[in-house]
Amino acid sequence: MLDFGILFPALLNGLTTGAVYALVALGLTLIYGVLHIINFAHGASLMLALYAVYLLKEKLGIDPYLALVAVVPGMFALGYLLQRVVINRASHGKDENILLVTLGLAIVMENLALLAFKSDTRTIETAYTLSTVAIGPATIALPKLISFAGALVVSALLMLLMARTDLGRAIRAVAREKQGARLMGIDVDHVYAMSFGIGLACLGAAACFLLPAYYVNPQVGSGFVLVAFTIVVLGGMGSFAGALVGGLLVGVVESLGGLYFGESLGQIGIFALFIAVLLFRPQGLFGARA
Amino acid sequence: MSTRRHFMSQSAAAASALAFPLVGGAQPKAVKIGVLHPVTGALAYSGQQCREGAQMAIDDINKAGGIKSMGGAKIEALLGDAQSTPQAGTAEVEKMNEAGVSAVLGAYASAICLATTQAAAKYNLPHVVDVGVADQIVERGLKNTFRFGPGYKKCAEIAVANLHVLNTAAGKPARTVMIIHEESLFGTGTAQLLARELPGYGYEVKEVIKHANPTRDFNNIVLRMKAVNPDIVIPANYYNEYALLVRTMQQQKVTPKAIYSVLGGAASSYKFVKEFPDAANGIIDCNHWFNPKDKRSAELRKRVEAKGLFYTYEIFNTYTAMMMLADAINRAKSADRAAITDALEKSTFSDHFMPYGATKFVNGQNMGAQPLMTQVLKNDIKVIVPREYREIDPVFPLRS
Repeated sequence: MLDFGILFPALLNGLTTGAVYALVALGLTLIYGVLHIINFAHGASLMLALYAVYLLKEKLGIDPYLALVAVVPGMFALGYLLQRVVINRASHGKDENILLVTLGLAIVMENLALLAFKSDTRTIETAYTLSTVAIGPATIALPKLISFAGALVVSALLMLLMARTDLGRAIRAVAREKQGARLMGIDVDHVYAMSFGIGLACLGAAACFLLPAYYVNPQVGSGFVLVAFTIVVLGGMGSFAGALVGGLLVGVVESLGGLYFGESLGQIGIFALFIAVLLFRPQGLFGARA
Repeated sequence: MSTRRHFMSQSAAAASALAFPLVGGAQPKAVKIGVLHPVTGALAYSGQQCREGAQMAIDDINKAGGIKSMGGAKIEALLGDAQSTPQAGTAEVEKMNEAGVSAVLGAYASAICLATTQAAAKYNLPHVVDVGVADQIVERGLKNTFRFGPGYKKCAEIAVANLHVLNTAAGKPARTVMIIHEESLFGTGTAQLLARELPGYGYEVKEVIKHANPTRDFNNIVLRMKAVNPDIVIPANYYNEYALLVRTMQQQKVTPKAIYSVLGGAASSYKFVKEFPDAANGIIDCNHWFNPKDKRSAELRKRVEAKGLFYTYEIFNTYTAMMMLADAINRAKSADRAAITDALEKSTFSDHFMPYGATKFVNGQNMGAQPLMTQVLKNDIKVIVPREYREIDPVFPLRS
């Protein structure tokens, strides 16, 4: 049996990984859960954000955490434009078209990255990449601890935005009753684009928190997107609290699964948890009953 | 008449004067060689190192007068990128075949070599394997495949036998082992061989853990290591993951009695020793290594380091493999594929600085090829076993 000295660090490690999963899922839950857009380009967008952070560090020497101020607005602008110029126009509002358009976008983004960066796996080295912090019997990598805190802050900001601002109210109104919102004078297309932008801005933040301890290659997004979809459904579609708790839960399950069943079987736990939630609480952990 | 005779003789003189420089300056046709490595993707660093080794060898051969039996024909490299995947490697072989290469040299990783040798076999295209250690590469009866270096079975057997010698000499302080390996053909195959061999010597293999390429978080594996508390940790993976694993062990303060690797990706790399001296200190590795007593190995090292590169096994393995291929082309006296294959089969190449002796191929495997055992001590890599190549006495165990 594993002792506390092993279990506790694994738990912390899982929570810190889960926090980044949650950040990726937060953007997805906004786009997928609230606006009913199935964004298959989510993983590829994360990949683009990671390359942006990578280039800022390698070419201009900008620290990944400082890069937040450039990458988050940059990803927001990209999301806004993508929704307004590509997704909205090409989909003609039809859900099945949106699915194909985002899938196409993902393929284009990945191939552009392949063209620009080849299939190299790249990492960055910072002074703190290998720094650790002792928490009780656990030794945790400093970048993971920062990403954990960062994910909590971004989630809180997003929840505040949704609860307290006009934009948040407009997004919720559009999500609930699109036609009604339009009749009340809300610019639905603008709200859609803003939501898509905010979704991608979350990825920008996730990329800044990820890269000091992670890597980037043109396929890197695919590893996150399946987990993110699982978290969105697990937490309850459209629920930010659900995405956060779901992300942390998935991180812990993966970490403990890896510890007990071996690294390659760690992800089985995620899908076992997913199936259990679908069976016993199909609306998700924080989802409202239909 | 005299005018006509004069004209004829003058014309002949002029013609010969014009013709001679043409004949004298005519170069024999270059021999095209496909140099195929994963220079992008997860294995890009190693692939680029291999390519560098091959190009240095080709430069040396050409500078020394090319293929002498073919009138000094130069070797022309046709560079290919396997993009760290077997599929891309296969596609490159197809392209190289179309381009009319006489042989292929490559392709570093076992899984890629398995695919590229097979693809080359379709065209009876001789394929010299530079690094790929999986024994399946030379066990399929392919007539076109030749590996200069040792396979993983030989490396694993030598490593385990030597571990036992070291452990017995130290009073048998180590009894339990944990193996951590990368998921592809090389790591999985090596781990299986080790797990099979070790119990025969009285060691208990507590756990065998597989991980993906790339992996950026080894915390869980190291936590597992803490729980199992093995006396010896054996990693079998490529450079990046090896380095990260050992660095995570250092962060988590896991200090086994020995880190003893077989074909460890970073264990016998000057790059790793320079960048992470503390993490690398004491690591023992059974790997491709040059004869430290041969001056030519030190000379090549100087030249490699003058280029700002690390003298890793990829460089000297591919360098010597290319030299062996050139020797075969020289004896074949032709760029013809069948003639080169025949010359490779009969190769007795001995003008090299690897600890192998003259080449002797059986089913495409050089029977004299052997790994050496090295240990990182005092920020340098020194040979500890076998005795005839020993530079320093081994330190085992690292802690009691």
